[in-house]
Amino acid sequence: MNSVILKIASRYVRLILFSAAIFALLRGHNLPGGGFIGGLLAGLAVVYKGFAYTFREARQSMRLKPEFLIASGLSIVLLSMIPGILNGKNLMHGIWYKIPLGEAMEIKIGTPFIFDIGVFLTVIGVTVIFLLVLNRE
Amino acid sequence: MNAIALPILIPLIMMVILMIVRNNKAAQWISSAGTIALFVLSVYLLLEVNQKEVMVLYLGGWEAPFGITLVIDRLSAVMLSTTALIGFAIAVYATKFFTPAHRESRFYFFFFALLMGVNGAFITGDVFNLYVWFEVMLMSSFVLITLGSKRAQLEGAIKYLALNLIGSMFFLAGLGLLYGKTGTLNMAHLAQILIDDRNAILMNTSAVLFFIAFGIKAAVFPLFFWLPASYHTPNITVSSLFAGLLTKVGVYALIRFFTLFFVQEPAFWHNLLLVIAGFTMVIGGMSASIYYDSRRILSYHIISQIGYMVMGLGIFTPLAIAGAIFFTIHNMLAKTNVFLVAGIIRKLRGSFDLKKVGGLFNSNPAVAVVFIIPGLALAGVPPVSGFFAKFILIKAGFDAGQYLISGVAILTGMLTLYSMIKIWNEAFLKAQPKEYEKEVKTRVTFAEIFPSALLAMASLLLGIFASPVFNYIMKAAEQLSDPVNYITSVLNL
Repeated sequence: MNSVILKIASRYVRLILFSAAIFALLRGHNLPGGGFIGGLLAGLAVVYKGFAYTFREARQSMRLKPEFLIASGLSIVLLSMIPGILNGKNLMHGIWYKIPLGEAMEIKIGTPFIFDIGVFLTVIGVTVIFLLVLNRE
Repeated sequence: MNAIALPILIPLIMMVILMIVRNNKAAQWISSAGTIALFVLSVYLLLEVNQKEVMVLYLGGWEAPFGITLVIDRLSAVMLSTTALIGFAIAVYATKFFTPAHRESRFYFFFFALLMGVNGAFITGDVFNLYVWFEVMLMSSFVLITLGSKRAQLEGAIKYLALNLIGSMFFLAGLGLLYGKTGTLNMAHLAQILIDDRNAILMNTSAVLFFIAFGIKAAVFPLFFWLPASYHTPNITVSSLFAGLLTKVGVYALIRFFTLFFVQEPAFWHNLLLVIAGFTMVIGGMSASIYYDSRRILSYHIISQIGYMVMGLGIFTPLAIAGAIFFTIHNMLAKTNVFLVAGIIRKLRGSFDLKKVGGLFNSNPAVAVVFIIPGLALAGVPPVSGFFAKFILIKAGFDAGQYLISGVAILTGMLTLYSMIKIWNEAFLKAQPKEYEKEVKTRVTFAEIFPSALLAMASLLLGIFASPVFNYIMKAAEQLSDPVNYITSVLNL
């Protein structure tokens, strides 16, 4: 497909999709959202570029290659399980660290969030690879 | 008991390693080592579960029925061990039977993804989690089937994917109804709720949906069309892997669901299962007899043999369920093995078509030996594993007064024997046809024949040590027929 409108729109739509992806990822734990949905949205951003240009170009413009995303995503998933095991809990038990920010605010970072990031990266990688394979055929 | 999750985690770790390792040779060694680790672990779990009966892990510390529960009982442990042994054989086999172009497309990565899905399906105690593992299996097997991207392969792969996705939709629909009615998806909790539910007839809707979903996976009689349409297209390594594992996961799920919580209307379900078992056996066996392509014969045979497993479930006495489990294990080993030998024949004679090959008995007696053992096992000749499997099933059938299905099972044995003899005659005994003589090679390397020899040995040992194996499996079947222990262990009552 060779459409100027699509190409120009893709620049902004991708930005929106990617912001939405990050938003869904961060919102995840207690509200609808999370790594899987975030990953799909971010994958969609790449797909959009693929439709506007070609899938080959879309892949080449990714700074992190999909294979690398899958490998690092899966590694992060595995790493997120280690703190729980070290604390003698069941596998995938959530361990939370609190970072205080001033008086009433704090940031809670826990292993479920790290797990979500791993899922996020893996899903982006898988989405892009699948679309590339299907597009080649 | 975090070790319970290792059958899922080991393949996951292997996938990460294989993403990083680019060297083919190294990937082969690492994969073989990974499958050995998996096998050692499964045997450890098998021995452990013999002591503890049911092992439970609450992921994330969320107790049942709220979180995802991993459960290993005797049936799961047996299936895990068999899967790991087949995984090892395939990992070694792939080193010789994948052309370099195939290896670059990351066979081993998706091989471990498939193993992860299969193992996950065997140990999960949660219906939705089972669905997730089914999807993991489906996606990785779709990639495996298309490796190489030949036209026939893609055609087979599309049929495979489309029909299995329909199965997934039935699964999801059944799951939704089940959740709507009971408010839980934990298998033990479902069993607890449904066992003394007066309105259990309402469960039949979702039971039927699950039956269709698993029936498609297991390739039973009216739902098997995806299997012969796709199994002869991919590389023979992939066909062997699928033949050993995929349909059996469907059978496992049927056994699990229809012993644990869909037990309200035995009169309807067990008769339906028996009718389907009979048709599956006969139609699979008869369809196999008209083909001359070894992969097609063996594909139809997978279907025929699934009938026996469903028959065991349909008779539904502890002995019959034990027979079904014994048959499943025996079939996984022997069926994978005959596919592996079909690959060796292809390598030596250049074809899967039995009319174009011959003379292997004289040129390669070792190949003849590794074929005849699983061949006889499938046909049910003592002292190899298949005889005891069929004997238990048919005895259970007579004990329960199910004479018709037992008779059908005996007659189907003849059809199996006929097909095995056909392959034996055509590929091994008759002389190599003159016009295809230039394809002939005679040298088989050790690594090529080792996986088949290993599985043939396993079939033989399963037959010789049938009594201790049967004792273990009988306990598994008793555990399934009386799931109180399972329910109390999982729900911590």
